[in-house]
Amino acid sequence: MQPVASVAGMSRRLFVQGVGGSALALAAGKRGALGADAPLPAVLRGTRFELEIGSLPVNFTGRPRLATAVNGQVPAPLLRFREGDPISVRVRNRLAVRTSIHWHGLLVPANMDGVPGLSFDGIDAGATFTYEFRAQQSGTYWYHSHARFQEQTGLYGAIIIEPAGGERQAVERDYVVLLSDWTDEDPEHIYATLKRDSEYFNFAQRTVGDFFADARARGWREAFAQRRMWGQARMDPTDLVDVSGYTYTYLMNGVTPAGNWSGEFQRGERVKLRFINGSSMSFFDVRIPGLAMTVVAADGQDVAAVSVEEFRIGAGEVYDVIVQPPAEQAYTIFAQSMDGSGFARGTLAPRAGMQAPIPAMDPRPQLSIADMGMGDDMASMPAMARARPPDAGNPGVDMRVSTPDDALDDPGVGLRDNGRRVLTYADLHTLGGPLDARAPRREIELHLTGHMQRFMWSFDGRKFSEAPPLEFLHGERLRIVLVNDSMMTHPIHLHGMWSEIESAAGVFQVRKHTVIVRPAQKLSYRVSAMAAGRWAFHCHLLYHMEAGMFREVTVTAANAMAAAARS
Amino acid sequence: MAQSMDMNDAAPLGMLWLDQLEWRGADAPNGAAWQGEGWYGGDYDKAWMRTEGEPYARTSEEARAELFWDHALTRWWNLEVGGRQDFGAGPARSWAALGVRGLAPQGIGVEATVYAGAASRAAARLKIEYELLFTQRLALQPEMEMNVYGRADPARAIGAGVADLEVGLRLRYELRREFAPYAGVVWARHYGASGNDLGAAAAGSNNFSLAVGLRVWF
Repeated sequence: MQPVASVAGMSRRLFVQGVGGSALALAAGKRGALGADAPLPAVLRGTRFELEIGSLPVNFTGRPRLATAVNGQVPAPLLRFREGDPISVRVRNRLAVRTSIHWHGLLVPANMDGVPGLSFDGIDAGATFTYEFRAQQSGTYWYHSHARFQEQTGLYGAIIIEPAGGERQAVERDYVVLLSDWTDEDPEHIYATLKRDSEYFNFAQRTVGDFFADARARGWREAFAQRRMWGQARMDPTDLVDVSGYTYTYLMNGVTPAGNWSGEFQRGERVKLRFINGSSMSFFDVRIPGLAMTVVAADGQDVAAVSVEEFRIGAGEVYDVIVQPPAEQAYTIFAQSMDGSGFARGTLAPRAGMQAPIPAMDPRPQLSIADMGMGDDMASMPAMARARPPDAGNPGVDMRVSTPDDALDDPGVGLRDNGRRVLTYADLHTLGGPLDARAPRREIELHLTGHMQRFMWSFDGRKFSEAPPLEFLHGERLRIVLVNDSMMTHPIHLHGMWSEIESAAGVFQVRKHTVIVRPAQKLSYRVSAMAAGRWAFHCHLLYHMEAGMFREVTVTAANAMAAAARS
Repeated sequence: MAQSMDMNDAAPLGMLWLDQLEWRGADAPNGAAWQGEGWYGGDYDKAWMRTEGEPYARTSEEARAELFWDHALTRWWNLEVGGRQDFGAGPARSWAALGVRGLAPQGIGVEATVYAGAASRAAARLKIEYELLFTQRLALQPEMEMNVYGRADPARAIGAGVADLEVGLRLRYELRREFAPYAGVVWARHYGASGNDLGAAAAGSNNFSLAVGLRVWF
């Protein structure tokens, strides 16, 4: 492939941010200056850790900003534990505000889970808190702040817990690939902006020209019918993410696309890549052109090996993949934001400084009528759109899905029929089956709800501040059914307990801590409420969580619950 | 422990939004005109301020300010309860106001308000607007506003029935979402106490004016 553009030949800002629509390749050897000097996160090993949270001057885009760092690093240091070890982490807060660290995906006691207001009071400015827990699992996980928007400003890092019996797969190389989204803006301002104009960051909205293009391609009747349907619903088919590459610079291990994070390999070596989505608001579609990826673990839990060319990873999710580069050449690790507004990028290469062509981004996807949960039948659309929704009176809910889809083998908007073998949850089978063989005794159905224009987000139409906690009975096995009544894809994260996803037929599939639910999807998983205490349950899109898409879960002993009911 | 919860999904926020800050020229009455809103509050309840002013018949201007309690009532509609104060030509008038604000199907923005004033005065205002994107930054905004009065108010040169009707078409370019210069045309008719078309009488038969302005918000 001939280079079609060099770094010098395009807007530096566009390239630094990983924003650009056309195929581009880089003049070999040219390495962006920005980000390249960022030190890679330190690796801390052992059982006792000292972490210090403070502000750090950074410059990802050409503009100096302050990030939230751990031990002076963004991302935070990689922590390596050994399964079974007692772990103690002393965290000192050098910020002027409260902070916290949450161990994402780790089963820890409720008071060590790091959610201010639920697990503990948070770590006040100048204060120190010591987390103590046993590493009772193995695999790839991560940690991040659970205080306000500190995760957005840099407080995230990887955790690797080595299995007691050693790693299951023999590999020659082992890299963490931590994806994130950086903004130069104050996240509080982004949140306020979304409340003022929820489409602020969407620069792929439908135009008059798009309408005429549709009419030419599919006929006037169809174009009008489509426009009428979306207009009736007062929705926008281009509303895929709330915060886009307009403000985000997508990072790989804290390095910009121009900085080009690189991992080395020798031809024929097996390379393990531990992908972690530590972003605040982004879904990434990840591929390495020229290499098949064998997925061996999902959210830290080993799965039956499955070979794919691409996978979507939501905020909070983790996938371990193994690749075996057959040639002495560079390969681009390409992680495109789901809405096609930008990408993170790095390189696997035999020698430092090499790079491979960066693939063209896929066309910006649009939601279809099927994504609205109204079926595929255009003829039935107007009638359904007219039908008065059951809770039209709730100003915080802008749609309900009439016919949710329970298929697990749908890779989601933008990835269907793209010519690549794309991972779906239907491909994932956790080794060893479920942790708990009991059938669920009861079922809790929750709808993922929101109002795009008001930027309100909730479960069952009630924001966190309006809803009582969900009550789980200590020791019970229950089924959570999630129905996504919104046009957005949500990664739902339950703290303290595993989410064991089942197929539509009720057959166990995969154990996860963060579960993507696409628009109009109905998905269920089993939970064993073995950990007493107060837990967080929320959408892992940070601004959705802050807007109210969060519930407290209390796991209480049966007699305590009965006592509470009597009082 | 609840106080230490850093999340606050009910935190109040605010916005100031000058939809139109413009100069109108050509044959019709010319001068500065504005239309702006501001709010402060949470998802369900806000204090909502609305103000507008324009070059009016003859030589003076009409200007008004409104203040509402704005309550999210249903999926697409908000209820507005409050008051309005008129300035400009003639004696000032005060009104109690009740209205709705929302999004009609096909994304048509609607504001409909009825007013009751002293001496059994009644009035109504309807504003409808839409938005067409040519590119991600170039947008055309058609808009229609109408004011109706229950009875004539000669001191303010207002007739009974439809007192004024204004249709605007503004093409803006969003340098940023918050900052967009625009140019457009405005067609306005003002009907006086006697039913005469004051706009036409005052400025000839042409009711069109050109508008150049800025849309800003923060």
